[in-house]
Amino acid sequence: MKHLDEYRDAGRARALAAEIARTATRPWRIMEICGGQTHAILRFGIDQLLPPGLELVHGPGCPVCVTPLELIDRAIELAQTPGVVLASFGDMLRVPGSKTDLLAARAAGARVAMVYSPLEAVRLAGEKQDQQIVFFAVGFETTVPGVALAVREARRLGLQNFSILPAHVLVPPALRAILGSPQSRIQGVLAAGHVCTVEGYEDYEPLAADFGVPVVVTGFEPVDLLQGILLCVRQLEQGRAEVENQYARAVRREGNREAKALVREMFEPVDRKWRGIGVIPSSGLALRPAWREFDAEARFALSTGAVEEPSECISGLVLQGAKKPYECAAFATRCTPERPLGAPMVSSEGACAAYYRYGRHHV
Amino acid sequence: MSDFALSCPAPLAQHDRVLMAHGGGGRLMRELIERMFAARLDPQHETDAATLALGGRRLALTTDSFVVRPIFFPGGDIGSLAVHGTVNDLAMAGAEPVALSAAFILEEGLEMETLSRVVDSMAEAARRAGVRIVTGDTKVVERGHADQLYVTTTGVGVLIHDGELAPWRVTEGDEVVLSGDIGRHGMAVMSAREGLEFESEIVSDSAPVHREALGLLSSGIRVHCMRDLTRGGLASAVIEIARSARARVELDETRIPVREDVRAACELLGFDPLYVANEGRFIAFVAEGDGERAAALLPGGAVIGRVKETGAGVVTLRSLIGAERVLDLLSGEQLPRIC
Repeated sequence: MKHLDEYRDAGRARALAAEIARTATRPWRIMEICGGQTHAILRFGIDQLLPPGLELVHGPGCPVCVTPLELIDRAIELAQTPGVVLASFGDMLRVPGSKTDLLAARAAGARVAMVYSPLEAVRLAGEKQDQQIVFFAVGFETTVPGVALAVREARRLGLQNFSILPAHVLVPPALRAILGSPQSRIQGVLAAGHVCTVEGYEDYEPLAADFGVPVVVTGFEPVDLLQGILLCVRQLEQGRAEVENQYARAVRREGNREAKALVREMFEPVDRKWRGIGVIPSSGLALRPAWREFDAEARFALSTGAVEEPSECISGLVLQGAKKPYECAAFATRCTPERPLGAPMVSSEGACAAYYRYGRHHV
Repeated sequence: MSDFALSCPAPLAQHDRVLMAHGGGGRLMRELIERMFAARLDPQHETDAATLALGGRRLALTTDSFVVRPIFFPGGDIGSLAVHGTVNDLAMAGAEPVALSAAFILEEGLEMETLSRVVDSMAEAARRAGVRIVTGDTKVVERGHADQLYVTTTGVGVLIHDGELAPWRVTEGDEVVLSGDIGRHGMAVMSAREGLEFESEIVSDSAPVHREALGLLSSGIRVHCMRDLTRGGLASAVIEIARSARARVELDETRIPVREDVRAACELLGFDPLYVANEGRFIAFVAEGDGERAAALLPGGAVIGRVKETGAGVVTLRSLIGAERVLDLLSGEQLPRIC
């Protein structure tokens, strides 16, 4: 944070935008995967600095948005179960399940605690031994090590009243699914810096090679994003498709070895349904058998089966970068942050919420 | 992708219960006030204090409840906050605060020592602000039916100028003056409540601002409207005034002071400091040409924008890198993000 100003410098931003304009000789379409980057692009107006023809499309990188409806319903069901408190990050509380959301369920008597870290949920379990604390484990690779540490801590303390509802999702398998889709229009990719701080970027190398798409690991400040876009455009113009690291101040190729080892020791890849997209092979994480006692789905008898949903919302196409939020007929009319049809309109990292909040009703 | 499907839930019905977001200073709170209260009662709800003419005197009247948790936080507590909040609401109407009432709802089991500290703090804040607390009320509820204590303060003040300070007076060319850096109170309370440790302790800006605000009026600054920046922060206050005034207001993000520690804490949690609560900051819409003089009268003051035209109630922000975006009310409070 000490160097924030350096990465928000208007002069540097404009110089980079001018360099991008000089470099791009034809239209290109680049996807930023991460919802945090989507918000930064709109909040700072980075898209307004880019040359016409250089289109940024928004990817599935909002863990809140892609958490399937059934899981949110199960989280609500847990919160309504006597003797259970559902602990969750703030982000998830407003996202609608099939009938209600966690905040409305809390107003109706369900027990929901907002926490800032999974370890806080473990502390809560230590304080409330007569109640079952279930942590809603949502998030990409970035948040998994914290959850792993929390589960390990719960075992060390001998806590019988702590468990997690696993909803973790992994970026590379989703990116493979999107790039491999017949409707994919993506020519270049900005990979999310935060995710790569943990996992590194080795997993993106086969993706770049298989699909002929440059991948640039990118940070979140305006100068980061513009540098990432410039590197990506240069590769496209030169016909290269490699993985480059714009975010070297935080990311190494191999990532955080210790964190990765901990995650692999406790979690194994599983097929996971992504809201609005469908099931993506090996794109989720489940606790390994040795840790399964901490899995709330194993501990509580929860509803199973898919939830039928009407389909006015086009969040699936938005999350794959196939459509922009304002191309949805319901955008800003029948779908608003107060009355959302889909998760991307409520999540703080949702693309629709970003367009709504930053006034991009007609772009 | 074998079972690709577009999925989306059905829309949620109208809220049949009160949500925390109804008190969050955003769009839901505005809707609640307009549809539930203003539709049935008679509040002058476009300003924080009502003005009344009584026996030849023009008075301002305001009331405010305080439910902050924790009750002691870096830079203040619920007692001093209750005095500052009400004094500031009076000042925003251009009134010299005269007297306050204080009503307490106490939870059974509250330690007397805690209550004593809060009352002492109120007394000290009132003394410093130059107001008297002249009447009050006390109720005790069973343990678990309140969170330690709640305070409601009502204030009466005397208007010190002839004109009215209200959104309808805002006009094209007006300059928007901010009294100091933003976001401190919200982040101080949040870090104390949630046990978040940042690199340095963020201290609330809780303070009475009536001397600065009334100082603008007595210095001959042509003030059209003032608003203190509490729940919902700077953005919500400017948006509400712009909508009431049907004015297009343009703010310049580079001119809005945010301390580095506050900005870093906001970044970490995914908060926009423009929407974070303050308790010792206000904005003044002043006539064209008076902005710099007004800012110079305020410690930490800055001209942060202007009214470009009237006709459409909208606020735009020129971002740090020179691009423009629209500012809109949030639905409720900001929620910390996952990653």
